[in-house]
Amino acid sequence: MKKYRPSEEVDFVVIGSGAAGGVMAKQLAQAGFSVVVMEQGAWGAYGHEQDYNKDELINRFPSEEDKLISDPKTQRNTFRRNANEKAVAGGHSYGCVVGGGTVTYGASSWRHLPYEFNEASKFGTMAGTGIADWPVSYEEIEPYYTQAEWEIGISGPNVKTPLIAPMSKPYPCRPLPLKSSGALIQKAAAKLNLTVTPNVAAIITEPYNGRSGCINCGACSGYGCQVKARSSSAVSLLPYAVATGNCEIRVHSYVREIAVDASGRATGVTYFDKANNNQEVFQKAKCVVLSANGTETPRLLLLSKSNRFAQGLANSSGLVGKYLMTGNGGGASGLFADPLNEYKGAVTGAAVLSYVPNDVKNRGFYGGGRMTARGQMSPMQYGLAGPHGAPSWGAGYKKALIEQANRRLTMVNFISQLPIESNTVDLDPEVKDAWGLPAMRITTTSHENDFKAMRFFIDRSVEILKAAGATQVWADEVNDSKGGAHARGTCRIGNDPKSSVANKYHRAHDVPNLFIVDGSSLVTGGRNHPTMTISALAYRCADHLVKAAKQGNVTI
Amino acid sequence: MTDSRRKFLLKSFSASSAAWLAANWPAEVAAAEKAQAMGAFTYFTREQAGEVDAMAAQIYPTTDTPGAREAQVVYFIDTALVTFAQDKQNIYAEGLKDLSSRTGGRPLATLSADQQIQILTAIEKTPFFKTVRDHTVMGMFASPQHGGNYKKVGWTQIGYDDSLNFRAPFGAYDKAEGTW
Repeated sequence: MKKYRPSEEVDFVVIGSGAAGGVMAKQLAQAGFSVVVMEQGAWGAYGHEQDYNKDELINRFPSEEDKLISDPKTQRNTFRRNANEKAVAGGHSYGCVVGGGTVTYGASSWRHLPYEFNEASKFGTMAGTGIADWPVSYEEIEPYYTQAEWEIGISGPNVKTPLIAPMSKPYPCRPLPLKSSGALIQKAAAKLNLTVTPNVAAIITEPYNGRSGCINCGACSGYGCQVKARSSSAVSLLPYAVATGNCEIRVHSYVREIAVDASGRATGVTYFDKANNNQEVFQKAKCVVLSANGTETPRLLLLSKSNRFAQGLANSSGLVGKYLMTGNGGGASGLFADPLNEYKGAVTGAAVLSYVPNDVKNRGFYGGGRMTARGQMSPMQYGLAGPHGAPSWGAGYKKALIEQANRRLTMVNFISQLPIESNTVDLDPEVKDAWGLPAMRITTTSHENDFKAMRFFIDRSVEILKAAGATQVWADEVNDSKGGAHARGTCRIGNDPKSSVANKYHRAHDVPNLFIVDGSSLVTGGRNHPTMTISALAYRCADHLVKAAKQGNVTI
Repeated sequence: MTDSRRKFLLKSFSASSAAWLAANWPAEVAAAEKAQAMGAFTYFTREQAGEVDAMAAQIYPTTDTPGAREAQVVYFIDTALVTFAQDKQNIYAEGLKDLSSRTGGRPLATLSADQQIQILTAIEKTPFFKTVRDHTVMGMFASPQHGGNYKKVGWTQIGYDDSLNFRAPFGAYDKAEGTW
C-alpha cells in the first residue's frame, strides 16, 4: 500500500472508510488522485477476512483490535429528549473499523423511491418539520444507484412494481434464499393482499467480482463476513482504491479538526495517531472529503471552530447537526408451531412493501414504511433476552426458553421519520470523550406524526403475524429512537446556503474545497434503509468531483 | 485450561455421553461430584465457587435436561471474572457476602431447594443476582471454549447448530414452501 508523509500535500483526504468513504476513495484513486483515507478504527480482518471472529462472547466483549463498532465508553456520547433536559450518558454507536458500518450491517440495500426525493412539492410540508425537496431528482441519481449496485454487489428480486423504484438494470445477483420468515409472510400476504419480496441486500448469493456467495452462516449482522459475501466497503471498494497505488488507508487515525487557512479553504486535517501514543499529526491536503457518518460528521464540523468559523466549520446556515433522523421502528413478534431456524442465513428474511407509499388520507399520518420479517437471534442473545411471557430465571425460564427456541418471528419495520430542526447532534458542554474532546450530544424526540406511524406499523405487524398463523403474538411498545447506525440529515444538501450545509454536489456552501457526503447529506429520511442512497450519492459526488478536479478546479 | 481442571473434566465426564447427561440426574449426585473436584478455580475460592455454582443451578436448573451444573457454568464464570468481566469482581465479592448473611453462613447448596429459591427471589432485583443470572445464561450458551456449555448442552437444548455453513431450506416452513 502506498504511504504518504503527512507533510506531503495529497489531493484528497477522505475522513471515514464506510459506505460513502469507500466509494469516494475508490473513485478518486482510480481517477489518478492521491488519497489518504482516515479511519478512526482498526483494520479488522481487512485482506484476511477468514479471520473475522464468529464467537458470540468475543463479539460481545471484543479486544481493542477485534472491535468493529465504536464503544460508548470511549467514543462517549450523551442523550436527552429535548433542550430542557440535562443529557445523560448515551449508548449511541456506529461502525468503527476499515469499511465502517458496512462491515457489520444487516446489508439491506433498498433504493429510495422517486417521490422520496421531492416529498415537499409532491405531498406538501408540515408545520414543525423541515420537509424539503432534495436538490437531486431520482432521474439524476438513478444511474449512480445502478453503478453502485453493480460495483458493490447487490442481490435482490427483479420484479416490476410501483412499490420498488424503477431500475435501468436488474440486480446483479439473485435474491437470498427463502427462509421460514419469507414462507410465512408470503402466506400472510396472500390472505391480506400484500406485496412481499425477498430483501434487497449487499450480500452476494453467487460468485461475483472474485468473491464467493453467501454460505448462510447466520452470524451475520454484527459480525464480519468470513467469505467476503457481504459487500462491505472493505471488500468491494477499498481494495480497488489501494490497488491503484495512490491510496493509503490510515487506521487508528482519529480526526479532531479540519483546518482552514485565512482565506477559508481547508488545508488538511489534524488527527490523533493511536499507534504513536495519540500524538497529534497534521495531514496536508488540497481537498477534504468528510464521510464520517450522520453523527460524527456534524460533530467534527462543530469541533473545527476557528476565528473565521466561530460556530463550527461550514455552518453559516446554523444547520450543521440539525434535522437529525436516527430512525424509527416498532413491530411485533409471534411464535409458530414448528422450528423456523431463522438463525441460519442473512438476518432479513422478507420485505413487505405495501405500506411504503404515502396515504395520509386513509392512515392519518404522513410517510410510510418498509416492513421486514426476521427471527435471527444468536444463542446468548436469545438466552439473555429470555422467552416471552416467562420468568427471567429458574425452571419456568428454562422450560419456556426451550419451548420457544427457533420458533419466534419478528416484524422489524423501517419507518419514515420527519426532519425536525430541534433534533440535533452537538457538542456536550461538560462531558469529554476518551481523547479529551467534547462528547457528542444527541437531542431527539420524534414528531407526533411519527408516533402515529409507529402505532400503525405495530398494528400491521400483529395483523401479518396472525395471518401467517402465529400461535401467540405480542406487540412492541411505541418506542422513540435514541441514536444508532442510521443517523441522517445533519448536513443536508440543498441549493440555498441559508437552508442547507452543502450544495447538490456535496460541496460545503462555505468552504470551497470541503465535500460532505454520507448519511448526514440526506434531506428527508425516506423509509429509513439509507445505505444504498448514501452509496449512490457518493458515486454522484465523486463523478462530479473527478471531472472538476481534472479541470484543476475542485471548487466548481 | 489448568491441568487440574482438565483432570476434573475427564474424571467427571469421560464416561458420560449426552444421553447420560440428559437423563434425570439427581441434583445431590451432581453437587457431590462438583464438591469433590472444587479447588481448581482461577478466581473463586472453593467456598465462593460452591455458592456461585448453587446459584447457577437454581437460575438454570437441571430438569429432565442438563442445567447450569452439567454445562459447567461455574467454570465459565470463574474465567469470566478474570477476563471480560473483571469489572464485576466487586459485585460478586459483595454479593456473596450478602448471600452468606442471608443463609446464616451455611452453604446455599445445603439448604432445601425451596429455601434456596426463596433466598434468591429476595435478592433477584440486586445487581449481584442480575449479574450472576446473565453470566449463567452466557455460560449456558457461549461457545464451550469459554468454559461453560459443556459438550454444547446449552446449544443442543435450544436447537442451535454451530456449523456456520447452511443450505436452504433452513426451517420447517421454507422447506414446505420451496423457493421464492
